[in-house]
Amino acid sequence: MAGIVSYGAWIPRFRLGKETKGWDMPIEKPVANFDEDSITMAVAAGMDCINKFDRNAVDALFFATTTSPYVEKQGAATVAAAVDLRRDIITNDFTNSLRAGTLGLRSALDAITAGTASQVMLAVADCRMGTPRGEFDQATGDGGAALLLGNDGVMANILGSYSISEETQDVWRAYGDNVIRTWEDRFVYETGYLKIMPEAIAGLIKKMKITPKDITRAVLYGPNPRRHSEMVRMLGLDAKAQVQDPLFGRMNNTGAAYVIMQLIAALETAKPGDKILMASYGDGADAYLLEVTSEITKLAPRRGIKRLLDAKRILPDHAIYMHWREASSRIDGAPPSVSARWREREEIDRLHGSKCKACGLVQYPPQRVCTRCHAKDQWETVRLSDKKGKIFTFSLDYVAPSVDLPLAITIINFDGGGRGMFMATDRELSEIKCEAPVEMSFRKLRSSGGVHNYYWKPIPVRA
Amino acid sequence: MESIKDRVAIVGMGCCKFGERWDAGPEDLLVESCYEAFEDAGIEPKDIQAAWFGTTQLSTGQPLAQAIKLEYIPITRVENACATATDALMNACFAVAAGVYDIVLVAGVEKLKDSGVGYLTGGAGQPSSQIAAAAPPPVQFALAANRYFHQYGLSYEEGKRILAMIDVKNHHNGSLNPKAHFQREITIEQAMNAPMMAFPLGLYDCCGVSDGSAAAILTRPDIAKSMRNDFILVKGLGLSVGGMQGMLREYYDFVHFDESVTAGKMAYEQAGIKNPREEVDLAEVHDCFSITELIIYEDMGWSARGKAKEDVESGFFTLEGGLAVNPDGGLKSFGHPIGASGIRMLYEVYKQLQGKAGPRQLKKADIGLTQNLGGRPGSFSCGVSIWGRKS
Repeated sequence: MAGIVSYGAWIPRFRLGKETKGWDMPIEKPVANFDEDSITMAVAAGMDCINKFDRNAVDALFFATTTSPYVEKQGAATVAAAVDLRRDIITNDFTNSLRAGTLGLRSALDAITAGTASQVMLAVADCRMGTPRGEFDQATGDGGAALLLGNDGVMANILGSYSISEETQDVWRAYGDNVIRTWEDRFVYETGYLKIMPEAIAGLIKKMKITPKDITRAVLYGPNPRRHSEMVRMLGLDAKAQVQDPLFGRMNNTGAAYVIMQLIAALETAKPGDKILMASYGDGADAYLLEVTSEITKLAPRRGIKRLLDAKRILPDHAIYMHWREASSRIDGAPPSVSARWREREEIDRLHGSKCKACGLVQYPPQRVCTRCHAKDQWETVRLSDKKGKIFTFSLDYVAPSVDLPLAITIINFDGGGRGMFMATDRELSEIKCEAPVEMSFRKLRSSGGVHNYYWKPIPVRA
Repeated sequence: MESIKDRVAIVGMGCCKFGERWDAGPEDLLVESCYEAFEDAGIEPKDIQAAWFGTTQLSTGQPLAQAIKLEYIPITRVENACATATDALMNACFAVAAGVYDIVLVAGVEKLKDSGVGYLTGGAGQPSSQIAAAAPPPVQFALAANRYFHQYGLSYEEGKRILAMIDVKNHHNGSLNPKAHFQREITIEQAMNAPMMAFPLGLYDCCGVSDGSAAAILTRPDIAKSMRNDFILVKGLGLSVGGMQGMLREYYDFVHFDESVTAGKMAYEQAGIKNPREEVDLAEVHDCFSITELIIYEDMGWSARGKAKEDVESGFFTLEGGLAVNPDGGLKSFGHPIGASGIRMLYEVYKQLQGKAGPRQLKKADIGLTQNLGGRPGSFSCGVSIWGRKS
């Protein structure tokens, strides 16, 4: 039976919180840095997910989001390259719906059951925006998650699912909209969320021949805390004993990634035998029933939700967040040479270096002739993106035309060999010093000429 | 291989006023520097048989031909980043030493102030992936400064103070030089508290961008004898070009520059210099940033590794010290019109060896050295030249 073999997550480091001037609310909302987007967060979650697993066994990568940076260019291809998966795989984007994550999950499971793929990685991420400080803004957050689905070593079997499609215009964005649109509040919830999601859950319960009492943990989509509580009451679940904390005020509703991230939070404390109900909503509803197996005790530690929730910094001023959002969507300057970037794609997207077979020196970018022993064309590929490293030296550029001033430029020496010069991010200045430990994070450098240019940046070790 | 020692002489030099020369284009600056050289040598443009033209902005040798009306002679345009001028000079020396030409001209020029910004923008250059970290020169050299402080246990204040002393020295020397861009003294406090550019380098730790031109006329010693008594002779030349070793080799330490060490050794060996600290009287070096000069003291063998601080504190490199470094004020006071700087350095050596350096004149000026460095820590082009009087 196809199910979950591994998971990973990403929550941006920075939060709006009660200490944030201009926010002033006891709601902690994770906000993507200026160089993060749904693709970078999906990559971060994917790297966490594949940690200690064989990425060469992944036969498909599905990327799910409602905030894809491109309209006609596949995000999944970029995510698959950055996570350093094989090329002979199926990549696909699931988009345009808050259910994109759970719908991607359905297709992933079907691919495995049909034998099209033995393992599928599902990477979901979103960074939706509401009117600043409004109702949506307070309830939403940026984040991503990834699941590795397969047949072997399954920690959570997916026993069954039930889906409803609903043509409705309750919550949406049209092409070019930055901010979520909705119809009247009462219409949105009474004809939408509060009607359709229970319908899907009821359908699942009947199909699986279970009762609400059989559910150990319910992972439920919720647009905001109030409606989530209402849903719990409507379903007759025990709010304390049976319901996964929806993490409002700490993680918030992360769009298409939301229920997958809640699911991961549930799995972090689940026991073998637990039955998990997972329900999502958006243009209809999905309901899933999962059963946790003993494999869950064997999963090697990874970041997941709890560690990322705890590893946070509260922004001092709301204006910083607004500046990041403006900068992130700015497109200016001449595009990079696409042909040059394509030629360098392995060292750029996959952060591949070379290791000389004759003398063992790791070099980045890859060198045909070894710098130390001059052996020619005797090297093997080394992946640097999943290596930790140390700042060998650095500078802080106070004059750079950069979003994050001063711009931190670092020389990183990687554990296991190799060196590169990179712009650091997600940093307090006190964290940028000689010998400070770092790890690598896939980020958007800038957008120019319609090209979103991605590369790796070191960050202080996150969690 | 043969040594270049005593095989090339300089019989005339010129150097224009460096600075914000809004009123002068590259041709005007070249006329200024080249004609001063012609008058100094007592020759005319038509006597020049070949020329080497150092510039990063202009292409081909044609702008030089047009400016001073060289008629259809061989002119090679040279570019090797900030070592451009010394590379041009070296090649002119080889041609003269080979006996292929009798009298040649080396001229360098740059009009950096036409860019519209007060710093090096790096230029558009080749189309690229645009992935590279945005690291202009102050950032590149700040990488060396932070590692130097870390490796040798200098606190931020201690390190900044040593750098500031170098800035103060060079500004002082520049205040004695009417051709310098900046002729104002500064204090240690001003240097330490100046606006931060690339941590830990502040405004006064960075040389400015400038317009400028300088020129030299070279010939064989047997011809030079008939032209003047006080010509100077080349004693050694070195050029060392890196290939990103410092970035590809994770064991590169960022507190020394291999290219400087190597070019220095080449030149010292040709000149027969065994104890550079004692035998070199003055040096014009590439103080694009204060940290660069500090590291050059060690790379050129004048201070022991990690100990340059002590020589700075004792004043060893001032006009009154044992080895005057940048007696003309350096890049700090002249700014850095890239194609001209290496020859501007030589101009001070030339004048000092002739006893014509005015208020900056050193008592003992027998052996002078220029060191000209382009690129970034991890990959440089470095040219070194050593000069003396007739043996």
